[in-house]
Amino acid sequence: MSARIQKLEMRGIVKRFPGVLSNDHVNIEVSAGEVLALLGENGAGKTTLMNILYGLYQADAGEILINGEPVQIDSPRMAIDCGIGMVHQHFMLVPTLTVSENVALGLPSEKGALLDLEPVSRRIVEIGATYGVSVNPDAYVWQLSVGEQQRVEIIKALYRGADLLVMDEPTAVLTPQEAQDLIVLLRTMVAQGRSVIIISHKLHEVMAVSDRVVVLRDGKKAGEVATGDTNPEELARMMVGRDARPFSREARQFDGDCVLCVEELCVNNNMGTPALRGISLGVHPGEILGIAGVSGNGQKEFAEAISGLRTVESGKVLLSGQEITHCTPKQIIDKGLGFIPEDRLHVGTIPSFQIWENLLLKDHAEKPFARGVLLSEKTIRAHSEKLVADYGIKTPDLETQTGKLSGGNIQRLILAREITRQPKVLVAAYPTRGLDIGAAEYVHEMLVQASREGMGVILISEELDEVQKLSDRIAVFFDGRIMQVLPVAQADEKTLGLLMAGLTPDNQATAG
Amino acid sequence: MKGRTFFVLLAALVGALAIGALFILLAKSDPIRAYKVMLTGPFSSSFGFTETLVRTTPLLLTGLGIIISFRCGVLNIGGEGQILIGAIASAGVALAMPNLPGVVLFPLVLLAGALAGGLWGAIAGVLKARLNVNEILSTVMLNQIAAQLYLLLIRGILIDPQEVTYGTGVPQTALVTDVVWMTRLIPGSRLSTGFILAIVLAIAVYYLLMHTTIGYRLRAVGAGPQAARYAGINVPFYMALSMFLAGALAGLAGTVEVLGVHHRALEDISAGYGFSAIVAALFGRLHPIGIIPASMLFGALILGADMMQRAVSIPAAIVMVIQGFVILFVVASDVFIRRPELFGQWKSKWSRRSGEVS
Repeated sequence: MSARIQKLEMRGIVKRFPGVLSNDHVNIEVSAGEVLALLGENGAGKTTLMNILYGLYQADAGEILINGEPVQIDSPRMAIDCGIGMVHQHFMLVPTLTVSENVALGLPSEKGALLDLEPVSRRIVEIGATYGVSVNPDAYVWQLSVGEQQRVEIIKALYRGADLLVMDEPTAVLTPQEAQDLIVLLRTMVAQGRSVIIISHKLHEVMAVSDRVVVLRDGKKAGEVATGDTNPEELARMMVGRDARPFSREARQFDGDCVLCVEELCVNNNMGTPALRGISLGVHPGEILGIAGVSGNGQKEFAEAISGLRTVESGKVLLSGQEITHCTPKQIIDKGLGFIPEDRLHVGTIPSFQIWENLLLKDHAEKPFARGVLLSEKTIRAHSEKLVADYGIKTPDLETQTGKLSGGNIQRLILAREITRQPKVLVAAYPTRGLDIGAAEYVHEMLVQASREGMGVILISEELDEVQKLSDRIAVFFDGRIMQVLPVAQADEKTLGLLMAGLTPDNQATAG
Repeated sequence: MKGRTFFVLLAALVGALAIGALFILLAKSDPIRAYKVMLTGPFSSSFGFTETLVRTTPLLLTGLGIIISFRCGVLNIGGEGQILIGAIASAGVALAMPNLPGVVLFPLVLLAGALAGGLWGAIAGVLKARLNVNEILSTVMLNQIAAQLYLLLIRGILIDPQEVTYGTGVPQTALVTDVVWMTRLIPGSRLSTGFILAIVLAIAVYYLLMHTTIGYRLRAVGAGPQAARYAGINVPFYMALSMFLAGALAGLAGTVEVLGVHHRALEDISAGYGFSAIVAALFGRLHPIGIIPASMLFGALILGADMMQRAVSIPAAIVMVIQGFVILFVVASDVFIRRPELFGQWKSKWSRRSGEVS
């Protein structure tokens, strides 16, 4: 079978958004049998470029050519008709429908108005067989793991006849083993004459899967190399425009009392089923405790439970020896818990609020920022100006709406607020998710700084290298339990990967 | 207000009137003459001017309450009911204690109107905060209950004894004692100090929302409920409080209608102000100062519509249709104010389309 897309080119693509030139005369091409990686930091223009290819945006200038013929792609439907498929970072599946129903969604049925899923299921099995992936067409999507859901997305694209598959940050949500499986699947696809473009800001992923890399920086093409001729250091340099800052932290041993103790904590998720099934752990003053695990294994609920945002079913949380298990968020904040939440835009800040308002989110009613019920604007302004300067928050003024800042600057704002309150314990949930290298480095420095000042830091992350680099000890979460807590020296990637998948290193599956 | 915002709102108003013109045509009237009366009537005489401000007052007061609740993320449609409850409470208190001196009775009557309206509003607020009851549904239903309760009172125990004596039976209370009447600003007009009260309260609400910790929290709950909760703000309490304040302001609007305009509680005293105030609040971009000109504009529109109805005899329903279009257009125009880039996108799409044709 020969693919319809032998060669796809995007020439001179320009896309402007108010105030930003997102794509500035970008040229890329990809041929059948090839995996092209589009590498760049957040905001470099990768996703914009692919959204243009998929018909979600219209380019201001430039053209798209398939097999040398110019094509006009105005909508995702036209993109699909041209043989282009896209797997978004956030899956577009209906959890309450089965795999076949999801694949058939939006397609005409062979029986007109009547639903006919039989041929769909058959075809899904066929496609699965071709690429060595098995998916049960009758399974409900909510029953599937994240990796399996991603496979459904890929099958959905192939079912629609995709010859060119675009994948946005495909391994962000996968365990290392699942990521490995995905790479095998993608290689099989290109071996059969299809082509793949992956969007990524992760160097090791790009190195592992691609044939060729196009690096974007500030909307421009910063370089193009064959993957075999390059190394991660060179790619990082191209991506950031400078060398990565060297970073190392000596892990330390702590003994003595924990500043935060969690005992046999059980918590439910939003659907009322158990998310944490008896978690016990503690963090010492000055220690960084990393929490590793594929997201969705209870980390979010853990962070919310200790900050008072989620009801604790059973178990205890102690902060400096005082029980805070059933305290209100306000009481817990006052007792000295700082929290950098996972959703930095909608939980960590109020996007429509001005910078100074968000800097005072927790302290607006405290002296000296308020006298009685009146806000003391001079004090607030002086304080905010100092924080903006100290933490290098890039903003035109204090009145700018926070939602207009970049992710890195929003995170700086949250760090500024949380750290200057000098909490005893600082919980950071996925603090660098979606940030570019420079911003992530800054977050790391601040967390280390906080630990040096004596705060107990809990770092929840899905990035293994981040957890390994910063932590003194690492706890691995799986299915609402702690698989193991190990000193960072014993936590190599393979061990962590297995624990994250719910396996103990001697390959014994544990109860789950 | 920025120039673009003003332009978009003006365009929304013009668009709504243009479609309204079709309906006036359907009613076999002349839209140009109708609009001429509607748009010039309120400004062509001192009567028009004062009557505009008479209508502005309840719109402004109720609208201020709507701003507080909307800013706190609670969609309060209950202005009508809250006005009625405020009106009947203040009329009731004034009638119950006619011999008290004005310095005591007047503040008492104001307090009664605000408190009654506030508690009425707080019902929906507490239901939402505690039980997550949709406030749109509960306030609309509370409007019905308030309307019937109000009628029951002015037809029953609070009816003017003279109406019973003469056998006319008009459902209205007796006149309240003149020591609580609000002073008329211009002799011979119906414009009272209630208008000044409304302006003062607009400034007070501005201060509350923008310069106090309470206002900060109310806005935080509306703009980012999750973040507010994360920051330790008692979200349910502030939701309920916003509805209490909204009800209190609407209740005061009812009080001003009683003390400043009619001097008694009579049928249909809320006159749709509870709904029009929502439009005025949206038109004023939910800003306590922005709503002052917005409620003047709608005061003029309502008066103009009344005049138009009399001058060119079109059905009152058409006037409501036009108001409905104004709501629709204002709400829809919001997207252009929030996302100015849409203009550019449409322009480029349009030029590409026309480029293809040629």
